[in-house]
Amino acid sequence: MDIVLLSRWQFAITTIYHFLFVPVTLGLTLFLALLETCYVTTKRAHWKEPCRKLLKFFGAIFLVNFAMGVVTGIVQEFHFGMNWSEYSRFMGDIFGAPLALEALTAFFLESTFIGIWVFGWDKLPEKLHCACIWLVAIGSNLSAFWILVANSFMQHPVGYAIENGRAIMTDFMALITNPYVIGEMSHTLFSGIATAGFVLLIICCWKYAVDDASREVFLQALKAVSIYLIIGIMGAMGTGHVHTQYLAEAQPMKLSSMEALWETEDPAPFAIVADINQEKRQNDTEITIPGMFSFMLYNKPEGAVQGINQLQAAAEQQYGAGNYIPDVTGLFWCFRLMIACGGAIAGLAFLIGGLAWVKQDWLLKYKYLLALTPFLLPLPFLANSAGWFIAEAGRQPWIVVGLQKTADAVSPNLTPGEVFITMSGFTIVYLILAIIAFYVICRIIHQTTIDTANDEGRAL
Amino acid sequence: MMDYNVLWFILIAVLFTGFFFLEGFDYGVGILMPLLTKREEERSQILATIAPVWDGNEVWMITAGGALFAAFPHVYATMFSSFYMALFLMLIALILRGAAFELRHRHDSLVWHQVWDKAICFGSAVPAFLWGVAMTDLMVGLPIDQSMIYQGTFFDLLTPYSILGGLMTLCLFTFHGANFLALKLDNEQLYVAIRRAGLRSFLGAFILTLILLIIPITKGLLSFQSAEIVVFVLAIALLLASAIDLKHLHEKRAFIATGGSIILLTAGFFLAMFPRLMVSNLNPDWSLTITNAASSEYTLSIMTVAALCLVPVVLIYQGWTYWTFRHRIKIDTHHEY
Repeated sequence: MDIVLLSRWQFAITTIYHFLFVPVTLGLTLFLALLETCYVTTKRAHWKEPCRKLLKFFGAIFLVNFAMGVVTGIVQEFHFGMNWSEYSRFMGDIFGAPLALEALTAFFLESTFIGIWVFGWDKLPEKLHCACIWLVAIGSNLSAFWILVANSFMQHPVGYAIENGRAIMTDFMALITNPYVIGEMSHTLFSGIATAGFVLLIICCWKYAVDDASREVFLQALKAVSIYLIIGIMGAMGTGHVHTQYLAEAQPMKLSSMEALWETEDPAPFAIVADINQEKRQNDTEITIPGMFSFMLYNKPEGAVQGINQLQAAAEQQYGAGNYIPDVTGLFWCFRLMIACGGAIAGLAFLIGGLAWVKQDWLLKYKYLLALTPFLLPLPFLANSAGWFIAEAGRQPWIVVGLQKTADAVSPNLTPGEVFITMSGFTIVYLILAIIAFYVICRIIHQTTIDTANDEGRAL
Repeated sequence: MMDYNVLWFILIAVLFTGFFFLEGFDYGVGILMPLLTKREEERSQILATIAPVWDGNEVWMITAGGALFAAFPHVYATMFSSFYMALFLMLIALILRGAAFELRHRHDSLVWHQVWDKAICFGSAVPAFLWGVAMTDLMVGLPIDQSMIYQGTFFDLLTPYSILGGLMTLCLFTFHGANFLALKLDNEQLYVAIRRAGLRSFLGAFILTLILLIIPITKGLLSFQSAEIVVFVLAIALLLASAIDLKHLHEKRAFIATGGSIILLTAGFFLAMFPRLMVSNLNPDWSLTITNAASSEYTLSIMTVAALCLVPVVLIYQGWTYWTFRHRIKIDTHHEY
């Protein structure tokens, strides 16, 4: 394997792994901030203590997750210089700024106030303590904003000029108001809420099902969590839909590859399944709904959608000979995987949330089914990873669409052996850490009991 | 009026100085923790001194890296790709260290604690060593060609001279950490061990700094201006003063002195580098400087506004953290997580 492929693998592995934890952090900080606000403001005295214990319980899980996100995040920042030095040279004038701003505005905020939040329970007044977790939530989501500003430029460059073979920033405001940022940021924010909401839902279901002493508290938690999850998943679907519509003008090649639409059609059909033949640039067989793709894009059953082959011809005209088609099979199936996972999450959220609110006796009766929900834990993580696969593989062969190709971006001084060592090293260390973190979180869940009557509850 | 390129050179220097000052004692505490005591309650007492702040301190490094990327992208690109394997080692160390801080106290078992204690010690010692290696390499110069691309291998980074540099920062940070522990712990029994460890690491740092400065001057490897010599001499004097203070139980003064010494050594390094950020030993004209490696003036102006507004705010709230956790850590303090 060459260094480009190895570096891409390394980046994919470390980024996907990093983004297992990030959405949980984004959504969970926000949830903890809301929960602590309830804790501080609640007038119902008998809920005060369970609420505090819940905070500590979810807080402990959050902290393990947060630590994993932080340590794997450092790798991300170093990567651009280590493996993609030519990209950093070409793009540094534009890409460095949001990264530095991310550190200055977000990383300092979240890492400093998380320390105070964890160790300041007895040192700060309640309201000040609550403000700390809000600052952590703001910091985390702000960091998502800055990195998505950087990513959006790679997908849809704006506010730049090319000087001496390098991209130069000409308009900072254009960079941060890039319409692509709005799509990515809103979708990431709601996906974070949905991911954290779903993880919390599973924890609540499990505790409700197997821990008799904690049942009452976790029923109440389940009610709150299901609303949070429903907001998240509906928001993720809505923003995803709007962003996909926007792709028709911003990144038509990515869009048509997601749907394996090889030829321009009006109205364009939606393929439910397709046997994609990337070499012949066609689908060998497919099952389609006529006009559906156009309807999804334009809200009416008509309108032309450009096909991959036409877009390829146009790209060759603009950029010279070459292959400008991304991995259609991967994009097509990842898109369907993401939709399926999202749909399943939404269904479960409404079902379990509905029961928790109106049919609690059913919940109790079928609690052995709730005890099986942990098997569904991969759903949001699969959806998130598939989503990023679409976003990043969908811009290939470009690293910055229209400006620099991935193959030209890699560090020229590296050897395949070196990259192979680091790729394997990161993978092994990450795998071990994943197992340990999962074990520790399970332990926390298992060992915590929160009842309403006394204070035997113990959050580690 | 000072131009943006010079200003950003200074800001990068400030960020690295802040990083070495703050993470310096974090690394030192991490290195010393398993060496000072075997008792679990004392080890967790030692870790409690940095538990609320280490993450915020580490962000100084992330910010320095990000600022380098934004202001001098060529330096970021050349430096990070030429230090590839070294940075990989450092990242693994930092990953294990960060994970250990969070996971260590989640399970009460001897083996569990021992494994994570090793991770914290290793994860602190490796970056403490590698930063010294990197700084000496940068000062002496690296084989960088005319397109700013590194032409050496991993082992070209590890010269006897740079290894001495690595050992120096390892000792220096350990000494700084010992002073921090002396300042923050409320544990008479540990003082003897802390003082012993502190004075030993002082001796290492002191001798190695002298060697590091004398070798290049006598061999003509480097030539220092008088301003840099003054700064380095002051740094060494502070180091000496710190050792005397630690011996006489003036913990506060000792800590301020090692901190001052770290600040001066970093300042001396950047003074010696100016206006270069990476030195090419193939041809001095191929070095990366504040002009040929910088971002456009527009980007630098945006970043200047951001940095000048944000850095003071960060200093204020990080200062507040240290104020909140200003009390000495007692051994029986129940640390709530």
